Amino acid sequence: MDIISFIDVTFTNALLLFLVGIVGGMVSGFIGSGGAFVLTPAMMTLGVPGIVAVASNICHKFPKALVGAIKRNKYGHVDIKLGIVMGIFAEFGMLYGKTVMTNIKNVYGDVGTNLYVSFIFVVVLGIVGTFVLRDARRMFKAGDTGQEFVVTKLAKWVQSINIPGTMMHFDSLKARVSVLFIVPLGFATGLLASTIAVGGFIGVPAMIYVLGAPAMMASATELVIAFVMGFGGTIFYAWDGVVDVRLAMIILLGSLFGIQLGAVGTTYVKDYTVKLVMGVIMVTVLFSRFFYIPGYLSQLNLIETMAPETLKTLKMLGDATLFLALALGALIIVSALIKGMAMHKKQHEELAALDGYED
Amino acid sequence: MAFDKASLPKALIFGAISAVLYTLMFVYSGELIELAHLTRQGEHLWFIVPILIAFVFSYVHGTFTGAFWDTLGLKPAQKYNKKKK
Repeated sequence: MDIISFIDVTFTNALLLFLVGIVGGMVSGFIGSGGAFVLTPAMMTLGVPGIVAVASNICHKFPKALVGAIKRNKYGHVDIKLGIVMGIFAEFGMLYGKTVMTNIKNVYGDVGTNLYVSFIFVVVLGIVGTFVLRDARRMFKAGDTGQEFVVTKLAKWVQSINIPGTMMHFDSLKARVSVLFIVPLGFATGLLASTIAVGGFIGVPAMIYVLGAPAMMASATELVIAFVMGFGGTIFYAWDGVVDVRLAMIILLGSLFGIQLGAVGTTYVKDYTVKLVMGVIMVTVLFSRFFYIPGYLSQLNLIETMAPETLKTLKMLGDATLFLALALGALIIVSALIKGMAMHKKQHEELAALDGYED
Repeated sequence: MAFDKASLPKALIFGAISAVLYTLMFVYSGELIELAHLTRQGEHLWFIVPILIAFVFSYVHGTFTGAFWDTLGLKPAQKYNKKKK
């Protein structure tokens, strides 16, 4: 008997996925990833089985990332070579992550995997999110709003290490780096992607702070990594027949509007805005866990058993916080885009006036 | 933000193709569900169908959405080119 079933796509379901797709796409176009984490819970809320939701989410990610990467490559933001190298190791990380999840599920059941995912959420987003946000705030406060960026001490050290036979030149770093440093970073990106659906929360900060890429290039290069990982993941799930291509294409319908808008947005903002959006989303997503964790602990009898109604309300609040994270990110992007375009127009008018040129 | 007429034909053509593709997808929704079912039953080569659909849709719909924003005047920031006298 086939235990997997695909849902009937109603107009309301399609509209919801389309709208979430637009917002998620916008965030992905801007920071390289981050739009996908609400889609799996959103689909599951609509009655889509967990495995189909994960598979369909990945199937919409790789074409979205491809379109976004092509668009941002036109603006000179993408380091294709770095993206492909990181992507290949991320693929291994993703496969390993799946095995870890399956093993935890076999021993501790669904609640065990949920707690594991929450633990990773809290640790990664807590540390990296706070760091990224602090860095964005520091740059903003220092009035460092130019396109120039400062290579961290760690990245300078990484770039200074010469391991013969493993060195590769990357345009975004303007330096040669040993592939041996890229292996764990790519692997961790894939591991995170298979755990919380957003590998970019490690991939982008790693490229900025460990390898020394500008935030603008790191966020665009992440789209190449997402394409490589998403393509591999889709083949994996499609082989098992669990991809609901209808759901994936409905999300894509919205997300391709969003990703183009997010990509255009990057041309009007400074490097720190990318960090700001990423940090705000990461920290907000982190808060969503506080609503989920009591339920998991209650199911494992580690705390007093909670009423089903209370669990349902807490889960709804958690899901709402995930949407809030995306909405906040989208709001900052749209406002930065509007301000950036107005400023850009003003500058052109001033230059035209100086030039004695009437537009 | 200025309306750009030049991108309009591209937006209209690719928008129309995209609409046809999405309509076909819903018309053949039952067949797509059946193909996924067959894949799960062991006919794994059908895995290629969702991947091909994803590539075709991303090209057509991606071109449309790009032209759509261009038409609305949402273009990337350009460097100011000094007028030559």
